[in-house]
Amino acid sequence: MRYLVVLEATQPPTPPPAELMAGIMALGEEATRAGAMVDNAGLAPSAAGALVALTGDGDLRVTDGPFAESKEMISYALYETATKAEAVEWTSRFMRLHHQLWPGWEGEARVLKVFGPEDFGPDAAPGA
Amino acid sequence: MTGSTPTGTAPGGVAAVEAVWRIESARLVAGLARLTGDVGTAEELAQDALVAALEQWPSTGVPPNPGAWLMTTAKNRAVDGFRRDAVHRRAVERIGRDTPPVVDESEALDDALDDPVGDDVLRLLFTACHPALKREYRVALTLRCLTGLRTDEIARAFLVPESVAGQRISRAKKALRDRGVRFEMPGPAEVRSRLAGVLEVIYLVFNEGYSATAGDDWMRPALSTEALRLARLTAALAAQSLPTEPEAHGLAALLELTQSRAAARHDPDGRPVLLQHQDRRRWDRLLVRRGLTALARAHDAGGPIGPYTLQAAIAACHATAPSAEETDWARIAGLYDVLATAWPTPVVALNRAMAHGHAFGPGAGLALLDAVDTAALADYPQLPGVRGELLAMAGRHREAADRFAEAAALTRNEAERALFTERAETARGSA
Repeated sequence: MRYLVVLEATQPPTPPPAELMAGIMALGEEATRAGAMVDNAGLAPSAAGALVALTGDGDLRVTDGPFAESKEMISYALYETATKAEAVEWTSRFMRLHHQLWPGWEGEARVLKVFGPEDFGPDAAPGA
Repeated sequence: MTGSTPTGTAPGGVAAVEAVWRIESARLVAGLARLTGDVGTAEELAQDALVAALEQWPSTGVPPNPGAWLMTTAKNRAVDGFRRDAVHRRAVERIGRDTPPVVDESEALDDALDDPVGDDVLRLLFTACHPALKREYRVALTLRCLTGLRTDEIARAFLVPESVAGQRISRAKKALRDRGVRFEMPGPAEVRSRLAGVLEVIYLVFNEGYSATAGDDWMRPALSTEALRLARLTAALAAQSLPTEPEAHGLAALLELTQSRAAARHDPDGRPVLLQHQDRRRWDRLLVRRGLTALARAHDAGGPIGPYTLQAAIAACHATAPSAEETDWARIAGLYDVLATAWPTPVVALNRAMAHGHAFGPGAGLALLDAVDTAALADYPQLPGVRGELLAMAGRHREAADRFAEAAALTRNEAERALFTERAETARGSA
């Protein structure tokens, strides 16, 4: 099953320590080698992006970033795991790494199930 | 289901323990195998540690470094076991020969976990897939030691009673002990053939899952994803330890590309959909991209490519064709020509005939089919199936209908029978 993990946090005033980035690289390599992580990338601050909004009466509105929300999306990772708990465990390791190497940092990672063949038709697997 | 806990500690329910187990078990068994010199003992010690985790973590929470916790626990069990069981100890020492157990040394724990490039895990793969073991033993032991599947899960996946799966694992471990198979990398002279043995096991596991039909226990199709993970792992390990070997990448590419079609190969009622009729928008683009990347790595490795890379190259032709009509059949036919030399199996010969039929006309395909050694395929439904398809392409619908009916009578797969029966009726209608 596939899970999209999106990391959200308040954009800190300083860049992350180099040790954290090295730790994230090492963990990503480990998860990739294990065949569990199939894609991942960091996301630039919302100032580099835009918002495309559609209203009910068909108005399309494009707004350039940055946006006023206090939280930014920092990165995403895509996992292929047998259970939700396994995606949660990889994500917990990722979050713990932040605590160890960037004390005081706070953030949230959403673990989102990506619909897959197992969710449809007669092969549908029970949710884990 | 585990939820977030107000204290902020990681949840420690059974699902969380099993998740850690899935991530840590291969490294754990590999590290313990290096300590004890025996894969069977290592696997049993790792299981003991898992049982301890299942007893303790649900109340204590998952420890901050669960891999080290499992290794320490297993190591303590090993010391207890060696103290209690002198007979066992002697047996292990006999197997270990000049590499006796080093569990009493304090640095052993750190040492066992210190496997940054995964050499121990690669050794574990080579040992579990050792040629001294019967094929089904290799498959069972590999799933047990490398993916962390439980015995009952392996049994369900292979449609055998749990006692049979358990017996395969225990006999595999015993055979390794009896034959004094050591936990080590194969020498340069045999590494290529031993790697082929590892890849064969992964390929078998994948096909077992891929051949699962609608209504099967979901553990069966799950074998395909287990095999895909193993293929990714093996490719990553081979890239570091055997950098010129293409076939581990070739197998990973083949499985990524094949799996990319998983969502499109059945209709909503569970009936199989042939490749040329599949809705290509449902193919998994991420897996296609990963497959093409792995295929490029295989070609870049520099060593001689073999059957997996060739099959992946064929799968890549399909994956990159914008539509069935735009498939580069001439290239596929050429790849099958090479594959038929590298891997002269009757099934490859059938597919080659089909590819030539598409590329150069049904007459060319039928001519190749006539040259196939049909004795080995007497009960194989795809033989009349392919002939029927080529005959239908040639406009010989009445003969095609007979062949499809023959294929329908031969197959033991209900969904496939329905498909052949339908094709027979269509051909009869066109006659």
